[in-house]
Amino acid sequence: MTDLASNRLFTRALSIGYKDEVIVKGIDLALAGGQSLALIGTNGSGKSTLLKTLVGLLPPLAGDLNIVHPREIAYLSQFHSSGFILPLCAVDVVRMGRYAEHGLMGKLTSEDDDLIHLSLKRMGMEKYAEKPLRSLSGGQQQRVYIAQALARHAEVLVMDEPTSGLDAGAHEIYKQALTDEMQRGASIVVATHDIQEALECSQTLLLARKVIAYGPGTEVITPESLLETFGITINLREAKLGVTVIERDHCCDHPDERG
Amino acid sequence: MNLLVEPFVNNPFMLRALIAGLLVSVTCGVVGTFIVLRGLAFIGDALAHGVLPGIAIAMLIGVPGIIGAAVSAVIMIGGITVITNRSRLTSDTAIGLLFVGMLALGVVIVSRSSSFSGDLVHILFGEILGISTGSIVLQAIATAFIIAAAIVFARPFLLLCFSPEQAQVSGFSAKLYHYIMLAMIALAVIISFQTVGTMLVFGMLLAPAGAAALLARRIKYMIVYASILGFSSVYLGLLISYNFNLAAGSSIVLCAVLIFFIVFTIKNLQARHQARKGLALND
Repeated sequence: MTDLASNRLFTRALSIGYKDEVIVKGIDLALAGGQSLALIGTNGSGKSTLLKTLVGLLPPLAGDLNIVHPREIAYLSQFHSSGFILPLCAVDVVRMGRYAEHGLMGKLTSEDDDLIHLSLKRMGMEKYAEKPLRSLSGGQQQRVYIAQALARHAEVLVMDEPTSGLDAGAHEIYKQALTDEMQRGASIVVATHDIQEALECSQTLLLARKVIAYGPGTEVITPESLLETFGITINLREAKLGVTVIERDHCCDHPDERG
Repeated sequence: MNLLVEPFVNNPFMLRALIAGLLVSVTCGVVGTFIVLRGLAFIGDALAHGVLPGIAIAMLIGVPGIIGAAVSAVIMIGGITVITNRSRLTSDTAIGLLFVGMLALGVVIVSRSSSFSGDLVHILFGEILGISTGSIVLQAIATAFIIAAAIVFARPFLLLCFSPEQAQVSGFSAKLYHYIMLAMIALAVIISFQTVGTMLVFGMLLAPAGAAALLARRIKYMIVYASILGFSSVYLGLLISYNFNLAAGSSIVLCAVLIFFIVFTIKNLQARHQARKGLALND
């Protein structure tokens, strides 16, 4: 059995879902330090459920899940409904990324402060550090949330559709930040609808309430696998990848299962 | 100037009311902040009203009302948890059920006792002008406890306000700290009902914190602003009550709600002014 000595994340025959419903079964993954894994699939395909299982928010229903200690995992969830309500400045949100390291009362050090400001800087949000979160646009708030995940300085970053709401410039900043994270040895798991992003990752897992394909993106993203995952038609003239994605929601009975 | 100070200097009951009001303001400022930020207004309202049967039964059997209120609060939180966990119903349905059920039970108990009419007014609207030194000491202890809890649990509470999932993955049990927060709300309600009454304690939990949410840029300042606005309501409400012979608890809460609408109007006018300024600059 492959262990964490070589892999930050390792699963074998993993079944995920909620207590009364298996959503995807038979997931085999192995992700080493410095590698990235993209999860692609339609809404309801099991992406968010898998991410929540990896970070410990949901228990695995069957199979093996080996991952680094929860303290070493950063998680960026898909929904942040509180951004326009909470009286917080951008730097306060990023500072929360350091709480896992210090627990209830541990004092934050100058190293933590450096990490917090570096994370804001890496997402191009340094000048907004003292701005109230609710005064920022949706895209700027998303950059602050990504900065919070970066501030964790974790061994594994797990992110659920992190590029939603980002403009082209912010998207490039985000890509550079992920490259830097992988260069320092972190592993990245990202759920995305962006097939180009998936192609740039070390591995891709295609989900449609079952595992469609898993492996290097360039090998597993094929017209056939995309057809099975999304329901697509090939259009070589119009799209960058020669595909047009037709969104087709998979059956989703559980209210918490949204991605 | 004397008019503003004299009532409190010359009347020990007014001074005790002011001190009790200060403690209620701080308690409700801390707890109300989390109620507003986490959207727990309905459970706060339900707890504030649902403690009535416990208080009524305690008074019938000659036990301090605070103990009855505490038992009621535990039953309510437990009932809401059981219904939410063991059915597909949302928590607001469970809260609503317990809320009306407990309130109805309270009224049924009160209606069976002919000696209750005077006490009922005290339960519902408080007896801040007749508060004893012992009650103030108890309230001071509860206030200190709530402040200490808010300081110790500041990180998980902040994360819970931001995202319960983020709290969980940061190593803080979202469920545990949610219940600690509910216990703090219950404590605030139980300890404040003697002062402003069960009907009005909710106003003190919500109005100052709501106004503070419009003003503050950070949660710690929101707590401070809520406490200051709450105390301002207590002071003004007591003065109005003293000078015009009006019900003290209701006067205090009316002041709190009025202050909220003043802050709300000022903030809206400010936003409109800034928007106009922005348009003028663009032209």
